[in-house]
Amino acid sequence: MKIQSQFGPKKQTFEIGEIVFLAQEKPLKLSSGLEIKNFPLAFQTYGKLNADKSNAILICHALTGDQYVASKNPVTEKDGWWDFMVGPSKPIDTNKFFVICSNILGGCMGSFGPKSLNLQTQKIYETSFPLVTIQDMVHAQNLLIEHFEIAKLHSVIGGSTGGMQALAWGVLYPQKLQRIIAMATSYRHSPQNIAFHEVGRQAIISDGNWQNGQYLQEDKFPSKGLSLARMTAHITYLSESALQKKFGRDLKNKDGFAFSFDREFQVENYLHHQGSRFVERFDPNSYLYITRAVDYFDLESDFNGNLSLAFRDFAKILSNKICLIAFSHDWLFPPSESKKLTKAMLAAGVNVSSINIDSNAGHDAFLLDDNLLKSTISSFINN
Amino acid sequence: MSKEIGQNIAKHLIRYDLEIIANLVKENSSVLDIGCGDGELLNFLKNNKSANCRGLEISQEKVSKVLSLGISALQGDADEDLHYFPDQNFDYAILSQTLQATKKPKEVLQEMLRIAKYAIVSLPNFAYYKNRLHLAIKGTMPVNKDIPFQWFETPNIHFCSIHDFEKLCNELNFEIKCEIFLNRENILPKALHSLFFANFAAQYGIFLVTKKEFKASTQEEFIFNKISKTTLVAATYKKIHE
Repeated sequence: MKIQSQFGPKKQTFEIGEIVFLAQEKPLKLSSGLEIKNFPLAFQTYGKLNADKSNAILICHALTGDQYVASKNPVTEKDGWWDFMVGPSKPIDTNKFFVICSNILGGCMGSFGPKSLNLQTQKIYETSFPLVTIQDMVHAQNLLIEHFEIAKLHSVIGGSTGGMQALAWGVLYPQKLQRIIAMATSYRHSPQNIAFHEVGRQAIISDGNWQNGQYLQEDKFPSKGLSLARMTAHITYLSESALQKKFGRDLKNKDGFAFSFDREFQVENYLHHQGSRFVERFDPNSYLYITRAVDYFDLESDFNGNLSLAFRDFAKILSNKICLIAFSHDWLFPPSESKKLTKAMLAAGVNVSSINIDSNAGHDAFLLDDNLLKSTISSFINN
Repeated sequence: MSKEIGQNIAKHLIRYDLEIIANLVKENSSVLDIGCGDGELLNFLKNNKSANCRGLEISQEKVSKVLSLGISALQGDADEDLHYFPDQNFDYAILSQTLQATKKPKEVLQEMLRIAKYAIVSLPNFAYYKNRLHLAIKGTMPVNKDIPFQWFETPNIHFCSIHDFEKLCNELNFEIKCEIFLNRENILPKALHSLFFANFAAQYGIFLVTKKEFKASTQEEFIFNKISKTTLVAATYKKIHE
């Protein structure tokens, strides 16, 4: 089924699909202890599931990504966020594989989140929605995989927040998959990253139009706060050299300084553009919930400071393997984090491959068309 | 970069060199090839010796190629990244034509025998007679087909002779279980296998090394101990020249 959902300050309505209601009989217990049941998850699929259901690849999207991995996003009307990677005769070849991508729990593209209607109260949840974790998102995805009656995924692939989900899949359901590709990610969210997230959240919360989270009921929208959160975050997705290369100190007005606090530099203009575009497609409360879920993620502390233990069960299944991909100029999840993860996995006996791809694009490199990225992914999933 | 150039030295005798190394590896064993390049040796070992293979390689493109062979690989190099691996993780750690290009050859060798029961090391022999003649007569650092770099641009910052390598193994209390001396096309005849001649006549040495204190009973699992050193060489020789 499909649903109608509203987006942005103008509350434009778009049709979002495909929706399935999960945990209809048995509720899903969240990390917080609360239970949810009969909740919606939105997803897209590409390719065909084969007879023995052995060709399914789950792709986990990043923080503010969505299920439209290789098809047009109905809200932005842009191509899928990984269009160059997924499709017929592309590196993740949908002539061969059945690709599933679902909107994460807590998201705002049709899945159960703060924008969903509470059926008991007939009100929108907003900030009464329960706090969720990366692990909760994975449990929800697992219910979707069970809905497809897939016993074992061929691969789970994700970048950034999606990479955390892919790693969590290896920890929670090692028997339900064969391969993991985790890109531009880490076993934890670092203190610096939590700090950036908090700045973003405070930008939203301190916007008067946030209305203690009740902006939808109050018919308001914290556009400025959400936009500012996106601007801050966007800096962390790039790199110093990428900003230098893309904008340098170029001025918006070529005639020179205007001697004002309006946008003088191209880089400022770019950030404002990113912020205002984001507001049109993303729910401010959803941003609070998802960034918080990412902050909670730390596999090392989950296993009492021994990261290797997290992957012990994964390593026991000898056919399981994992590929870690880091990017040289990623300062959100720097290659050093990937190295630590690699070492912990080797100590656990995991069959791990790891590669550090040179790119000055920064964290967002996993979203950019790159031959080495494509060949690495295609090589890994085809063997 | 150094690894790239280091491998070029072996380019013209790659099959020959690698097949001898492969012959030292027992079936069904686990192998780490340090500086595995495109994975040629690992692929050979996987297909012919049913080895459980892993690669360590500095070049991103080559790591990706190794993955396409269905072999797991880590991006890294001998000097910096052997600490990744737990103790005694492999049966064999192989380092082909690279020890002389590492920053700390002694530590690399120690690390190899920390992570593996056996180290297989192949080396160009700086004391090869043509190198000696070059240095003696011309008075400059040898530059030839096998050592194709000027002193100021060579990646081979720690050249040694066969004799030097044996001395280092002795100092570290490592035992050389098998050594094979070769020049560009051939394994040296048995008659030239005395240390003096080998250090003079061989262009390359290939060594199978283990820790001396390593239990003899465990060694039996991995060593062709029923075959003497010389018959192993002869068998290798025969196989190559068949």
